[in-house]
Amino acid sequence: MNGIVEIELIRLLAAYLLALGVLFLARKTGAVNEILVALLRMSVQLILVGFLLEHLLEQPNVILTLLIFLVMEVFAVHNIFRRVPLPTPPGLRRVIITSMVIGTVGSVGFFLVVIVGVEPWYAPRYFIPLGGMLIGNSMTGISLGFERLAVGIRDNSAKIEGALMLGATVHGAAHSYAVAAFRAAIMPTVNAMMGMGVVFLPGMMTGQILSGSSPITAIRYQIAIMLGIFAAVALTVYLMTTFGYRCYFNHAAQLRLPVSEGRNTLS
Amino acid sequence: MISSPPIFCLDSIRFKSILEISSLQLGAEPVTAVLGPSGSGKTTLLKLLNRLLSPDSGTVKYQNKDVSEYDPVELRRRVVMLGQTAVLFPGSVRDNLVVGLRFHGRTPPGDDVLNHKLELMGLQLELDRLPASLSGGELARLALARALLLEPEVLLLDEPTSSLDDSTANRVVRHAVEGAAQQNTRVIMVTHSEAIAAEYAQTSVRLRHGQVQLAVSPDAHNPNEEGSA
Repeated sequence: MNGIVEIELIRLLAAYLLALGVLFLARKTGAVNEILVALLRMSVQLILVGFLLEHLLEQPNVILTLLIFLVMEVFAVHNIFRRVPLPTPPGLRRVIITSMVIGTVGSVGFFLVVIVGVEPWYAPRYFIPLGGMLIGNSMTGISLGFERLAVGIRDNSAKIEGALMLGATVHGAAHSYAVAAFRAAIMPTVNAMMGMGVVFLPGMMTGQILSGSSPITAIRYQIAIMLGIFAAVALTVYLMTTFGYRCYFNHAAQLRLPVSEGRNTLS
Repeated sequence: MISSPPIFCLDSIRFKSILEISSLQLGAEPVTAVLGPSGSGKTTLLKLLNRLLSPDSGTVKYQNKDVSEYDPVELRRRVVMLGQTAVLFPGSVRDNLVVGLRFHGRTPPGDDVLNHKLELMGLQLELDRLPASLSGGELARLALARALLLEPEVLLLDEPTSSLDDSTANRVVRHAVEGAAQQNTRVIMVTHSEAIAAEYAQTSVRLRHGQVQLAVSPDAHNPNEEGSA
């Protein structure tokens, strides 16, 4: 059983019919436009990236590979700020971007060089899908962590100021909110590992089995990628929360809630 | 009453459009009251003293040294402040009492000391109970006990009684002033109550629209002038 059953174009159209059927059910929920845009974007983006990858796999090119990685990174960072509509204190954007870059580049590098050991290191067949998975999961993690951190500090500002008034350091007054944000942000990844193989078969493994790999090979990859995802998420979120909560304080250890919160600490 | 040089000296202070003080000395007496209607900048003034806020211009000196030259956390350990509403931290009454000491990295004392502190505040509470169901007056005194356990040089009280009825408010302030006096802690207290200022403070500073209206010295302070605000 070599290779995969090619989905003919006409059958692919049938899959769209299925989606349109669902759209019909959802017609009264007000989500129709959003679903249509999502369907369209998914199709166009995947077609484009499909041709791009096809080209890249035929002629591996280090610059083009890194460029695609960069585009994914920029898109992910942009998405974080779009998905969390909370004001950021000065410096937090830089912390988020730096955490994303260090966390994902570090774990992708480790993964490719040490775990998979591909030659050349930028082999697009590995670099791009694996990089995409690590970036995507880190993006979700950071969005969640950033939101929890911002809301935690905003909702507990009286408690934090109360601690500062008693002579607490910034760490003493607010580090617990960074810890809570870290925990919340890695929970989805932790839960995914808990349910993996029992509640669901992960996408990458399914894909490999569909394309003819033996399940044993597939789970090796899946275990490795899951550890890679966990490392990437934990590292990016750890960096973001550890350095991020300090952005809510200035050099004089004063709590500085971002301006558009509208709730400052004046009398 | 013992009068000594003022411990806080403010000079040419400007903070946004909230506060404008050309010169002010504070803390020469054991208890100083800062009076004024709401929105007159009382809280802002207090926060300038332990550098929870920094002025746009001008200097605040504590013990003849600019507060910006102190490490802010170090300064706040010597000049402890209590906000308008008592803050509850996670945990029991005991946890809430010792949280300040933990912030300072100091070892909490035994239960007998904690119970004694509570008694001084007129509180009889199980140390292990959760403080969630305490009344406003009890919470205010718990926060006060927490602050006094730190034995600060100065205690800044920001209207600790704003949410309390008059007799409870009076009692809380009395506990604060007596507790502070026992350990030589100076008190600078924001209040809108002329009666409380007259009863407990040796000096009063009056703010209006962010400016010092007058600083009343101990001699000139006349309790019979109450009720004009």
